[in-house]
This record gives sequence, structure tokens and C-alpha cells, in this order.
Amino acid sequence: MARAVSNRTKGVNTAIAGALGFLMFFPILWILFLAFKTEEDAIRAPLEVLFGSGWTMESFATVQARSDYFKHFSNSVIISLGSTFLGLLVAIPAAWSMAFVPSKHTRNVLMWMLSTKMLPPVGVLVPIYLIFRDLELLDSRFGLTIVLMLINLPIIIWMLYTYFKEIPGEILEAARMDGATLRAEILYVLTPMAIPGMASTVLLNIILAWNEAFWTINLTASNAAPLTQFITSYSSPEGLFYAKLSAASVMAIAPILIMGWFSQKQLVRGLTFGAVK
Amino acid sequence: MATKASRSAARLMISPAVLLLLGWMLVPLCLTLYFSFLRYNLLQIGPTPFAGWENYYWFVTDPSFTAAIKNTLVLVGGVLAITTIGGLFAAILLDRPMFGTGIIRIMVIAPFFVMPTVSALVWKNMFMNPVNGIFGRIATSLGFEPIDFFGQIPLASIIIIVSWTWLPFATLILLTALQSLDQEQLEAAEMDGAGWWNRFWFIMLPHLARAITVVILIQTIFLLSIFAEILVTTNGGPGTATTNLTYLIYVSSLLQFDVGMGSAGGVIAIILANIVAIFLMRMIGKNLDA
Repeated sequence: MARAVSNRTKGVNTAIAGALGFLMFFPILWILFLAFKTEEDAIRAPLEVLFGSGWTMESFATVQARSDYFKHFSNSVIISLGSTFLGLLVAIPAAWSMAFVPSKHTRNVLMWMLSTKMLPPVGVLVPIYLIFRDLELLDSRFGLTIVLMLINLPIIIWMLYTYFKEIPGEILEAARMDGATLRAEILYVLTPMAIPGMASTVLLNIILAWNEAFWTINLTASNAAPLTQFITSYSSPEGLFYAKLSAASVMAIAPILIMGWFSQKQLVRGLTFGAVK
Repeated sequence: MATKASRSAARLMISPAVLLLLGWMLVPLCLTLYFSFLRYNLLQIGPTPFAGWENYYWFVTDPSFTAAIKNTLVLVGGVLAITTIGGLFAAILLDRPMFGTGIIRIMVIAPFFVMPTVSALVWKNMFMNPVNGIFGRIATSLGFEPIDFFGQIPLASIIIIVSWTWLPFATLILLTALQSLDQEQLEAAEMDGAGWWNRFWFIMLPHLARAITVVILIQTIFLLSIFAEILVTTNGGPGTATTNLTYLIYVSSLLQFDVGMGSAGGVIAIILANIVAIFLMRMIGKNLDA
């Protein structure tokens, strides 16, 4: 039974929580704001920038001209979508079989898969770097896609597994009793129920791959560099050009920020491996 | 329900994933172990003789190793303290009835989606720069000497930046856990005269214990591997003031090209991460049975 809460209590709560939200969001808001200012305006005192300066789009154009945003953007898109797609291709059958035809090993296999995620990346940096060098995969989109697929594969399998596990087996039996063939069963009964879970998995993995900054920085130079690497070229002394840094940052985070907002719930499930729902 | 045929089909379906992960884990792991016992530097052409425990000896006795271990512990501990306590506070706050819940939650959670290189550069230049940064401006306008964040308190600055990213994570998970708390239990306690503190201490905290443990363990796994934030702000400096274990291994393997030494460091990092992982796996495993 929900209690009636007075508007005054609600107002006080809103004010405190709003202040917290504003503080947390402020850095993002600030770069969003400075990105539309000229370089001279951007380094003025905050209040002066806020109330006494015009708007411009020139920083975005400068960033594109200086460091080819679109190339890095498309690398990010290719790598994050590619690794997620490849991951799904391998993970769907695996999660499917573990959820619907479990054996006495299923639990151990799941735990072992999870354990590969615990391996610190820096522990295998040297061999991966040397293997990539010898296979001429350094600075290649293909190589990076494979690595990101592998590091996120345990998460994809786990998420899909927990979603598939929730599909009730009785429904399948009922379909079979009604004379559904295996093909019809998969196509018309299982797939529609599995799609929301798969969509969440895809969303979370695109976000994780987009923001991955260890392998993307160490395995790329220029050709295959995604946005994580692109932004490092704005560290000092270019970092002092606030408008350009802001514009570049906004362009790097905007796509994923929007996706992230849609995936809050899945985030909890995916990142805690189902331990918190 | 499972027939013999469907069992072998299941095995077939799972094998690509198992083989890929097995290869991804075993091949680099064995190579790291192997390299760690060789005298192997990419800058020196010639044989790579067996070196015994030499690499481990030099890696561990180097003063920067002690510094790196200390920095790693301070960094992980500092971020954990801020995000867990702050996240608990934020989650309780966000769980209360208010106007515009959705938008406020989104604002609190947004930093988690900012890639590490962006958050580090934005904080370093636009907030922590002593001359033009916002903190410096505020300090100057109030008549204080602005803090030179990366000169005076470099490690604390990195802790602040990383905490900004992970506070939303802790908040989100604790909030999710809090929402599954039975409201009637809280109301009953209130009717029995339990004050806010008692309700928090005896009902909310025990209910959240599991989620808090999960937050701490998962964050530790990720925080042990902090890299990009250090790379774009301080490069591990000044001196070794912000070099953590991950960064130290990166320096010896990819900047000094010392494969043997870097691998020895890698083995040590794996052992450290495994100590945490064992606890985390146990927690998750228990949940799997339930």
C-alpha cells in the first residue's frame, strides 16, 4: 500500500535530489555549452560565458577539419556494432542450449566463462600485442573488433542466459502439443519472447564496446582508431582550447549517452551478472 | 524433455563460445607466463635466454613497484569509499517520492556513459586547471589560492575523476536493490516507533548488504585496471605519483619494450585480480543456485 505523500515533502525531496543531479550532470552540461562558443569566449569566467557571449558552430567544423571526426566515428560504429554482432552469433546458440538443455556441467561452464572476464587486460597485453604485430593486425578494425568481441562475450552469454532462463518451458510444451514443428516453435514462440532480452544485450554491449579504452588505445594508432583514441589527441596543450575540446568531447559521447539512457535497467543486470535484478 | 540427440546438439551449439574463450584465455596466459621467464627486450635483437626469476626480482624490487602497489591500493580504496557511501546516499535519496523522478535519475546516471578519455580530459582542463578551470576561478574569486590539482594532489585528482564515473554505477545498482525492499516492512517499523536511523540501520542496510558487496567487488575488478584516465592526464607522474600497477606494466612493456619485465608484472596483476575474483565468483555462484 503506497502512502500518500504531501506535495511539500515531494518538493523538498525534488530540490535535494535535483541538486545532486545537477552536480553530477554539470560537467556534461558545461561541455555541451562551451562547444557552441568561440575559443575566446570559452576561457572567460563562467558567469561571463553564461550570460555575455554569442553562439557558434565553428568548433565542430574545426574539430572535423583538424582530426577527421567522421573517420573515427565510423571506426567506433564499425567496431562496436561488429563486435556485438559477432558476439551474438556465438553467444545465442551457447546461451540457448544452456538455458533450454541444461546439463550437470552448465553451472561450471557459466562460472568458467565469467572467470575469463576477471582476467586483467594488462596481464595479457604483451602477448596480444606481439601476436597482433606478427599477424599485422595492429591498427586494424578487424583485429580490434575480434578483441572487443572476446572481452565482452562472457557478458553477452550471461545476459542472454538470464533472459532465456525466464522463458517458461510450459509454453514450449503447449506449442508442441498444439502440433507446432520445431521450426514453428523457434520462429513463432521462442523468438518473440527472446527479442526484448536480446535487444537489451545488444544495447549494453554497444555501450561497453564504444567506451572501451584499454585495448582501443593500445592496439590502434590512426587507421582503426575509434573515438576513445581520437579524443586523446586533445590532451595538452590542445586541451587548453576549451571550445574545441568541448566540441570533440560532445561528438564522442553524444551517441552513446542517448543509448545509455534507454538501457539503465539492463545495465544493472548485465554488469552484475544477474546478481542484482 | 532432453533427449540424447538434443544433448549432443546442445554441446555443438555451445562449443564455438567455449573454444573461443578457451583460446582467448589460455594462449595469452601461457605466453605471458613463458615471456616472464625470458630475458626479452624488443629493442635488443638476438637470442632471448631463460632468465629464471630475474624479471620478477627486478620488477618487485624496483622502487616504482612499491609506489605502484601503494597507488593502486589508494586509488581503488579511495574510489570505493566515495562511490559506495555516496552511492548509498544517492540511492536512498532517489528512492523517495519526488517530482520529475525520471529526469533526475538520468542526470545522476549520465556520467557512467562518458568514455574514460573524455571525462579525464574534461575534468583536467576545464575544472582542475588552476588558471582557467572552474575550481580555480571559484577559489580565486573567493580570495583563496587556487589548488594546482595535478601538481599538488595528483592521485586525489584521479580519484575524483574516476569516482565521478563510478558513482552512478553504485547508485544505479543500490537503487535497483532498494526498490525490491518491501515497503510494508518499513511502514510497520515506523508504526512501531522506529526512527529513520533505526529503519536505515536495521532494515535498509541488511537488505542492501548483498548489493553493496556486489558493487564493491565488481568495481574493484574494473578499478584495478584503470588506465586511460592516467594516460591522458598525468602519464603516471609527477614521478610515479599516479602510476598504478596497470600503468607500470604498460610502461615497461609498450614504452620500454621490455617484454620479460612487462610479462612478470602481468602475472603479478593477474594474481592480484584473482584474489578479488574468487570472492566475486562465489557470490555470483550462490545466486545461480537460488
